[in-house]
Amino acid sequence: MSAAATMVERPPPRARGWPRRRIAGYALVCLWILFGIGIVSYLFLAWNPDFFAKYAPAYLRGLGVTLALVSISMVLGAILSVPVAYGRMSKNRILSGLAYCYVYFFRGTPLLVQTYLVYYGLGSFRVELQSVGLWDFFKDAFNCGVFAFALNTAAYQAEILRGAIESVPRGQWEGAASLGLHKLQTLRKVILPQALIVALRPYGNELILMVKASAIVAIITVYDLMGNAKLAFANSFDIQAYIWVALVYLVMVEILRHGVEWIERRITVHLKR
Amino acid sequence: MRISLRIALAASAALLTLGVAQAQEKTLRIGTEGAYPPFNNLTADGQLVGFDIDIAKALCDEMKVKCTFVAQDWDGIIPALQAGKFDAIVASMSITPERKEKVDFSNKYYNTPSALAVPKDSTLKGVTKEDLAGKTIGVATTTTHFNYASKTYTDSTVKGYPSSPEEQADLANGRLDAIEDDIVVLQQFLDSPDGACCKILGQPSPQPVEIFGPGAGIAVRKGETDLVNKLNSAIDAIRANGKYKEINDKYFKFDVYGAES
Repeated sequence: MSAAATMVERPPPRARGWPRRRIAGYALVCLWILFGIGIVSYLFLAWNPDFFAKYAPAYLRGLGVTLALVSISMVLGAILSVPVAYGRMSKNRILSGLAYCYVYFFRGTPLLVQTYLVYYGLGSFRVELQSVGLWDFFKDAFNCGVFAFALNTAAYQAEILRGAIESVPRGQWEGAASLGLHKLQTLRKVILPQALIVALRPYGNELILMVKASAIVAIITVYDLMGNAKLAFANSFDIQAYIWVALVYLVMVEILRHGVEWIERRITVHLKR
Repeated sequence: MRISLRIALAASAALLTLGVAQAQEKTLRIGTEGAYPPFNNLTADGQLVGFDIDIAKALCDEMKVKCTFVAQDWDGIIPALQAGKFDAIVASMSITPERKEKVDFSNKYYNTPSALAVPKDSTLKGVTKEDLAGKTIGVATTTTHFNYASKTYTDSTVKGYPSSPEEQADLANGRLDAIEDDIVVLQQFLDSPDGACCKILGQPSPQPVEIFGPGAGIAVRKGETDLVNKLNSAIDAIRANGKYKEINDKYFKFDVYGAES
């Protein structure tokens, strides 16, 4: 590790003066700053206490629904991802084939389509579902949302888990085996602690993607943050409805991003020199 | 050489946009939803059909302009009009005070009542707030029906759907106790194989004009009085010359225009 570190090349010196690329860069940044100022000043000018008083409670309710939906489906997805990842890495042809198909389907089709299929598709099998006693679960739109989201995120999380475990060098397995640790012990005490460091960033990304993707559940009548924003817009025809909701999502994502960074700093202390 | 090439390119691009702008002046672009049969619907091969479409075509003939149609989701149909994606909305849009703040409307071109549909084995007796207490009612959001339902049925759960077909699917599969929609739209659904499950329960009464408005009108951008006047006289003209009746009878067994305004 340290041998490789000494070989790192020095970055090229910064260009002097005003090359074209720098001008273009500054111009773009200026454009973005102007755009930001535009939005802020619009919100400032369009500041409407009535709008706030009328719709803020609905936004808060929606935020609660979004958070519940995402957190429940992330946890269920994480649990479900373990057997799927195991299947993906398995040497058993059938097992790995099944896991591959699962991941292939859920990563290859839009979450919107999956949500529709679960809600309206299963809805048309009411009689069959009733006969096995599952209708009470699928009758509720929120349950359907959690079901679709958990299945979807399980596919992504399984791939994250698999990639992270496979990123740990084979020598670690062999070393642990030579010390007499059996496979499960090796996984728990040697492999996973290293793999999870690798997996942390992708997990954070997946969480952020889920928060944003959850905005589609309004189509199956779950009134989450975005759904309530749509209603507010429908009643007021005021574009602030969407600007505010974008800001709330932005704040959520920013908090998650910093949270992940904080965790990463904590768990990689031993890697810093 | 390079510079002259650029100038030539820029000039041709400018000419092209000019040409497009001129072509746009002659045609009227009409936005509609395409998910509200029998008023407007997309067929399997992507054609827009329905009462709204036929009326719009008759109005265009009357005004002697060429019309093109654009299908647009209901939620974003007013913003799309304002953004200039099309010039008029012919999509069974009820004339309401909230919408009037954002767009201008022609006179109504039809007015049909709102009604509730329920499963055939439903035990519901009436359509009052008390009758429906504790029940779940499905309504398409951003509609006058939704505004009425959420104001009236305060003891029930009102679920919002993106458009009518979804709420109908959920009534058929038993997630809902009732749906509220335009009676013509409901009737079309009940006549289809999927609607065999259900029946019309009744019409809410009275149907306050401050919620439902005077009927469906054609929406245009604010301040386009000229277009509104043209549309109004075209509506009067097709009412007078029998074209309206011809289209009406193609879709309905009764006159959907409602009372003369």
